[in-house]
Amino acid sequence: MSELLEVDNLGKRFGGFVALDGISLSVPAGERLGLIGPNGSGKSTLVNCICGTLRNEQGSVRFEGRPVDGVPAHQRTHLGLARSFQLPRPFVSLSLVDNIRIPLLYTVSARGTHHTADYIEDHCHGLLREVGLEAKARRLPRDLTQVEMRKLELARAMAAEPKLLIADEAMAGLTHSEIEDILALLVRLNEQGVTVILIEHIMSAVMSFSRRLVVLVSGRKIADGRPEDVMRDPEVERAYLGQ
Amino acid sequence: MRTIPFFLISLAIAGLVFIAAFALDNDYYFFAGYVVLQYIVLSTAWNILGGYCGYVNFGTAAFFALGAYSTVTIYNLIGNNELPHVIPIPVLMLVGGVVSGIVGFGMGYLTLRLRGAFFSIATLALAVVLETLVVNWDFVGGSRGAFIIRPENMPVLGSYVRYLFLMMALLTVCSLTIARLIERSRLGYGFATIRDDELAAEASGVPTLRLKLIATTLSGALMGMAGAPYPYYIGYLQPDSTFALDYAVNAIAMPLIGGTTSWVGPLIGAVLLDSLQQIITVTISSAVNLLIVGCILVAFVIIAPNGILGLVHKYLQHRGDDFVGRRKVDPDAPGAATDVGAAPEAPS
Repeated sequence: MSELLEVDNLGKRFGGFVALDGISLSVPAGERLGLIGPNGSGKSTLVNCICGTLRNEQGSVRFEGRPVDGVPAHQRTHLGLARSFQLPRPFVSLSLVDNIRIPLLYTVSARGTHHTADYIEDHCHGLLREVGLEAKARRLPRDLTQVEMRKLELARAMAAEPKLLIADEAMAGLTHSEIEDILALLVRLNEQGVTVILIEHIMSAVMSFSRRLVVLVSGRKIADGRPEDVMRDPEVERAYLGQ
Repeated sequence: MRTIPFFLISLAIAGLVFIAAFALDNDYYFFAGYVVLQYIVLSTAWNILGGYCGYVNFGTAAFFALGAYSTVTIYNLIGNNELPHVIPIPVLMLVGGVVSGIVGFGMGYLTLRLRGAFFSIATLALAVVLETLVVNWDFVGGSRGAFIIRPENMPVLGSYVRYLFLMMALLTVCSLTIARLIERSRLGYGFATIRDDELAAEASGVPTLRLKLIATTLSGALMGMAGAPYPYYIGYLQPDSTFALDYAVNAIAMPLIGGTTSWVGPLIGAVLLDSLQQIITVTISSAVNLLIVGCILVAFVIIAPNGILGLVHKYLQHRGDDFVGRRKVDPDAPGAATDVGAAPEAPS
């Protein structure tokens, strides 16, 4: 498997606070990677640096072998990097179906595939159906619950037809069966060839989904490997359970 | 409705308005109507950046004055010869539009990293800087102001103000068509995402930077086009009144009163508010104008924050919900859903 994403010695500071300290990570195409760590360990910062929302001061990010440092976020999305936000950020003045339409209009068409308006409409409804929001397609995001907004986030990220999907805590607050649904959805995407990075606090979800697990603590990567091995790692136990 | 039929119908309406004013045979109607039309263009232009993208521009007067002073510059360049009016108004509008468009682009480029109040302050600063430049530029009259001698009459139409009215009506139709076209296009969706959440827009692949530049350029250009015929209308152009706060305040108040999410909003707002101002000017006093605008604006911000369009939507939705309520119980109705804060504020 070729490496899809390569993060090399990535560093990010906020003033005197070191959020990321020399993170190196490579993700081969087709991987199902779980990224865990306590609150404030730098998971979202890492995602933001990978996706171009934040600029990394040190190190480099390569996507499909091509350095993307300094490339604006929207171009990274065009290249095939999509993410959902930890705190849902819907387009509040647009209906759900229009929320999904944006990546289709701006990302999928930027890759040179031009779809008809009818196809886009159908596709948007299809994606909403996959996350169980089709009944509310014409509603505004303010009519949604937090849980539904997370599903909308995920659907919007999927609409960009990414090669790498980063789901940043898409499952917080969901019921057990909803988590199962989302996991099944992510697995299905993965089987279609999409590489998935899952950031999650719900360990059962991470363990059942991930083929590989990476642990961040205080901006450093402390473990990387098969989930079972990682969970047995004394350093990980210490970080999670204390001494 | 498609764009071309819309353009033709608006053109027909503008024509009817012109004929109606013509039939009244009183130049005052053209005189007052010109200002109303000018404000339709200004508020529509403001709304492209302020309403669609959510960037509040306090520099309307700067762009308007750029258009006006482009005309003065051309007028002075041609010199005080016997044919100062050889350049047709549409050409002056184009020149004014290009100049303001370029400045709009520059402003956009310089203020790209600013959001919210900081962007607004920067636009206000732009107006101050430009006014200072004009005041100190003798060629366009400096602080003394500039006189423009306009032709007495135009063939067929009669007085020159009728010609100006007609040109402004054409510009109004064009700017409304452009605004409506944007609203229904991919660009309009992109603008809406900028207004709602720029980070999420970028993550969805929207090139926010480029779109903002398109908006500032287009908005500035239309404002400049509205300003270009102004020296011919007023006859004596003076920096104080050309850069007056009135333009900025009105261009913001009108879309807010009408509603900012659609091209109809600025149109309704400008027609209502400026007609009112024109009536007050002749019946009470021109000095009360801004006071009235201020009071109406405060009232609207409190009663109808989404403008007249917002009120209409609310009313229609209310009726719609009643209808649904009578027919069947819909568990997914908005009332049934828990209303969680829609605006996400913290960065992830």
